[in-house]
Amino acid sequence: MARPTKNTFLERAGYRRRRMRDVARVLPVLIGILFCIPLLWDRNGELGTADALIYLFTVWLCALGISAGIARFLTTDRSDDR
Amino acid sequence: MVSFNLLLAVALAYVAFLFVIAFAAERSAEKGSGAWLRSPWIYTLSLSIYCTAWTFYGAVGYAARSGLEYLTIYLGPTVVMIGWWWVLRKLVRIGRSQRITSIADLVSSRFGKSTALGVMVTLMMVVAATPYLALQLQSVTLSFAVFADAAGDSWLSEDLTRSALWVALGLAVFTIIFGTRNLDANERHHGIVMAIAVEAVVKLCALVAVGVFVVWGVAGGFGPMIDLIDTSDIAQWQQSSGRWVGLTFLSGAAFLTLPRMFQVLVVENANEKNLITASWAFPLYLLTMSLFVVPIAVVGLKILPEGSNPDLFVLTIPLSQGLDGLAIFSFLGGFSSATSMVIVATIALATMISNHIVTPLWLSSKGPGAVVSGDIRQLVIGARRLSIAGVLLLGYIYFRLSGGGEALAAIGLISFAGVVQVLPAMIGGIFWRGATRWGAVAGITVGFVIWAWSLFLPSFGPDGILPQTVIDHGPFGIAALRPQALFGITEIDPLIHALMWSMLLNSVAFFFGSVLTFPQPLERLQGAQFVNIFEHSEGARAWTTSTAEAEDLLIMAQRILGSNEAQVLFQQEAQRQGKAGYLPEVTPEFVQNLERELAGSVGAATAHAMVGQFIQGASVSVEDLIAVADEAAQIMEYSNRLEQKSAEQERTARQLRDANEKLTQLSIQKDAFLSQISHELRTPMTSIRSFSEILREGGMSDEELSKYSGIIHDEAMRLTRLLDDLLDLSVLENGQVTLNMGQGNLKTVIDRAVSATAHSPTAITVKRRDGEETIPLYTDLDRLTQVFINLIANAGKYCDAKRPVLRIEPRKVAGEWVVDFIDNGAGITKENQQVIFEKFSRLSDHRKAGGAGLGLAICREIMTRLGGTITYLPGQGGAAFRVVLPPAVNPVLTR
Repeated sequence: MARPTKNTFLERAGYRRRRMRDVARVLPVLIGILFCIPLLWDRNGELGTADALIYLFTVWLCALGISAGIARFLTTDRSDDR
Repeated sequence: MVSFNLLLAVALAYVAFLFVIAFAAERSAEKGSGAWLRSPWIYTLSLSIYCTAWTFYGAVGYAARSGLEYLTIYLGPTVVMIGWWWVLRKLVRIGRSQRITSIADLVSSRFGKSTALGVMVTLMMVVAATPYLALQLQSVTLSFAVFADAAGDSWLSEDLTRSALWVALGLAVFTIIFGTRNLDANERHHGIVMAIAVEAVVKLCALVAVGVFVVWGVAGGFGPMIDLIDTSDIAQWQQSSGRWVGLTFLSGAAFLTLPRMFQVLVVENANEKNLITASWAFPLYLLTMSLFVVPIAVVGLKILPEGSNPDLFVLTIPLSQGLDGLAIFSFLGGFSSATSMVIVATIALATMISNHIVTPLWLSSKGPGAVVSGDIRQLVIGARRLSIAGVLLLGYIYFRLSGGGEALAAIGLISFAGVVQVLPAMIGGIFWRGATRWGAVAGITVGFVIWAWSLFLPSFGPDGILPQTVIDHGPFGIAALRPQALFGITEIDPLIHALMWSMLLNSVAFFFGSVLTFPQPLERLQGAQFVNIFEHSEGARAWTTSTAEAEDLLIMAQRILGSNEAQVLFQQEAQRQGKAGYLPEVTPEFVQNLERELAGSVGAATAHAMVGQFIQGASVSVEDLIAVADEAAQIMEYSNRLEQKSAEQERTARQLRDANEKLTQLSIQKDAFLSQISHELRTPMTSIRSFSEILREGGMSDEELSKYSGIIHDEAMRLTRLLDDLLDLSVLENGQVTLNMGQGNLKTVIDRAVSATAHSPTAITVKRRDGEETIPLYTDLDRLTQVFINLIANAGKYCDAKRPVLRIEPRKVAGEWVVDFIDNGAGITKENQQVIFEKFSRLSDHRKAGGAGLGLAICREIMTRLGGTITYLPGQGGAAFRVVLPPAVNPVLTR
C-alpha cells in the first residue's frame, strides 16, 4: 500500500526554515546562560557595575536582534509543524 | 509648584481621554474597520501590562536597594518570549483551538474539564493577585501624596485611603463598562486593548523622558553617567547567584502563569502570527523600560536628601529640579502602569470567578438533572461584573489592612511565587500525556500550602498573622516546620527558600500523583488533544450517542450565546448537514462543537456540565475510546481495501484498453479485407468471364483453346480454394469438425509438410534437427500437417531475407513438447503480433501471398481443437511461431 511518505530531504527554502526553527529553540537557552555570566565576575576586579549593565544590555539587544531576524522564517502554518 | 488640583484635573482629563479612545476603538471594531486593532503591534503593546506600577516606580527603588537584581524581573520574560517556539506557540494554539478563557480554564480543561481544579486555581489566583492589586492602588495614592506634599499639603493616612477608594471605584467602572461588553472571552475587548496600548506608550515615553533628563540633564551625558554609577552606592552591589537565577526563573514562570498575562498572551490573541512579532518586539519594550532604571536610581541617591523613598524617585527627581511638566508626565506614566494592570487582572480574575465558581454553584443549586431555565447570559455577565467589583474591593481591603509602606518589589515577588504554583500542572499538562487530575490537584495543593506557609503568611510581618514564636520556633515547637527554615535548612534567602521548596515539592507531588493514578477517559481524550495539538487541532469526540433534542440544545445555547448567535450556529450546522431550518441532527460532532462554543463563554467545565444535562450518561467511556480506536483501524483497513480495488480496476482498465485497441485494429483489418476479398473474388471472375467470352466466339486453335480453358480452370480453382478456406475456418470455429485421431510421430508429420511445400515457387530452405524429432503423437495427423504446411509456406512467402532459411526446432518446455518455426527475416512488428492470428488479417497485400489471410486463423483454430496452441514467439531474430503439441496420450485409453 503506497502511503505518502515524509520527504527525508527538503528543498533549500524548507531546509533553511527548519534550521531557523532550531535557532529559535536554542536561542532562549543560550541567552539564559549568557545572562548569568556576570555572576562569575570577580567583584573586586576590573569589571564594575556599569560594565555589567552594558554587557547585559548588549546581550539582550543581540538576542532580540537575532530573534527579529529569524522571525520571518517562522510561520506557524500547520503543514510542517513538529 | 504644581498645585494638587491641577494634577487632579490632568489625571481626570487623562482618564476621560482613555474613555474616548476605548469608545472609539469599540465603535471602529463594530463597524468592522478595526483590522489594525488585531495587528501585532497592538498585541505587543498589550503585553506591556507586565510592567505595572511595580516596575514603573518599584524598579528604581529595587535598583537603589539591590543593584542590578531588578533586571531579573525583565530577563525572565525575555527568555520566555524569545523561546516562544517551545511553550507559547503551543499555549496559544491550544488556547485558540480549545477556546480557553483563562488559566484556570486551561488547567481544568486539560484535566478532564474538572470543576474542582478550576475552583482551586481560581481561588489561588485571587489570593495571589490581591496583594498585587493593593500594591497598584498604593502606588497611585503614594504618587498623589507626593504631589500633595510638594504643594505643601501633607497627607494623612485618611487622605490616602480615601483617594485609594476613589481610584478603585473609577477602575471598577471603567472595567465593567469595557470589560463585560461581550460574554465570549475569546472575543477581544477592543476598547480595553486600545486603552492599554495607549497607556503602554505613555508609560514607556514617561520613563524614557525621565531617564533622558537624568542622564543628559542632570548627570551631563553618557560618560559622566557611567562614572557616576561606578562611584555610587549601587556599585557596592553584591549579587547572590541563587537569587539571580531564582528570580529570573520566577519572573519567566510568572510571565506564563499570571492570570492577566495569560489573558493578553493567549485569550485575547487575535492571530498566532502576532506572537512571532511580539517575540522580539516585547523584549525590546522591556529593554527600553529597564534601560534608565539604574541611572535614575543613582542620580536620585545622589541629589535627593538622605531617607527619600527610592520607590518614588521617578516623581521626586523632576519635582526637585522644578520640572513640573515632566513630573506630571511621569505621574501619568505611573498611573497608566497601575490602571492598565488592574483592569486586565480584574477582567481575568472575574472571568475565572464567574466561570468556575459562580456559574457551577448556581447550576448545582438547581439540582442534578434539572434543565436550566432563565437567561444564563445575564447571570454570567452579572456574575462577572460583581466579581470585578469584588476583586477590586479585596485589593482595597488588603491595602487598608496592610497599611501600605512595604517595599513595593517585595509584594510583587510574593505574588509571583504564588501564581507559579500552577506552572508544573500547566507545562506537564501540555507536554506530558501521563499527567492526571489527581497529580495536578496534589501538586497545586502542596505548592500553594508551602507558598502560603513560608512566604505569604510571614509577609504580613511579625505578629501579623503568624505569631513571631511560630516563625522563630515552628508550630507547636516543631523546628522542622519553621516557615522560613523548612526541614531545618536556614540561611537561605526567604524568597528563594519558599520558591525552591514549593516548586520542588509541587513538581514531585504532581509527578507521582500522576504516575500513581489512572486518568478518566475524558482526561485522556483532552490530554491527547493538548499534547498533540499540532497533529490534530480537530477534537476527538467526547460524546458518543446523543439522546438530546436539537430544540432543547438550541434553547440552552440561546441562553448562553444569545439568540442570534445560537440560531446562526444551529442554522449553519443544519445547512452543513443538508437540512433546511434551524434544527440540525444532533450528532456527536455537533454536540462537541456546541460545547466548545459554549466553553468560550462560560469555561470548559461549565459548558461540559451544561451539555451533560441534556445528554445524560452518554459521556465517553473507556469502551468508547477503544471503539474509536477500532473505528480508526477499520477506516485504515477500508482505505487499504479501496487502494487494492483501485489497483484492480486499473488493471481491468488496462486490459480493456488493450482489447479496445485490438478491436479497432481488427475493424480496420476487416474493412481492408472486405475490399480485398471482393478484389480477390472479382479478379478470377473477371478472367473467367472474359476468357469464356473469347471461347464462345470460337474460331481459335486447339492450343489456344486449351490455354484459355486452362486459365478458366485455374481461376476457378483459386476461387474454390478461397471458398474452401472460408468454409474450413467457419466449420472449425463452430466446432463442427470431426477429428481423425491416430498414433504418429512428429518426424513423419514434418517430413510430409516439408515435402508438400518443397515444390512451391516460394520454397524456403528448411533446417531441421533430425535427432530430436522422434516424438510420439496422438492427434489428428492430417490437421497437424496442415498447420505445419501453412507455417512453412508462410515463411516462404513472407521471409524477406536474401537467403531465406527456416529452422524447425522441437524442444521440451515446461513439460510440454513444442515445435518452433523460426525464419531469418525481419519478423513481425509488435502491433501486428496481436492481430496475425485473427481472420482476414494480412500484413501486406502482395499478391504472392496468394491467400486471403486466413491461414494463421485456421492454424489457431486447428491447434485449439487438437488441444495445443500456436503463438507468436517474439525476440528470435525473425518471425517465429511456437506450436505447443497436444499431449501424446490417448485420453480414451487412460480413462
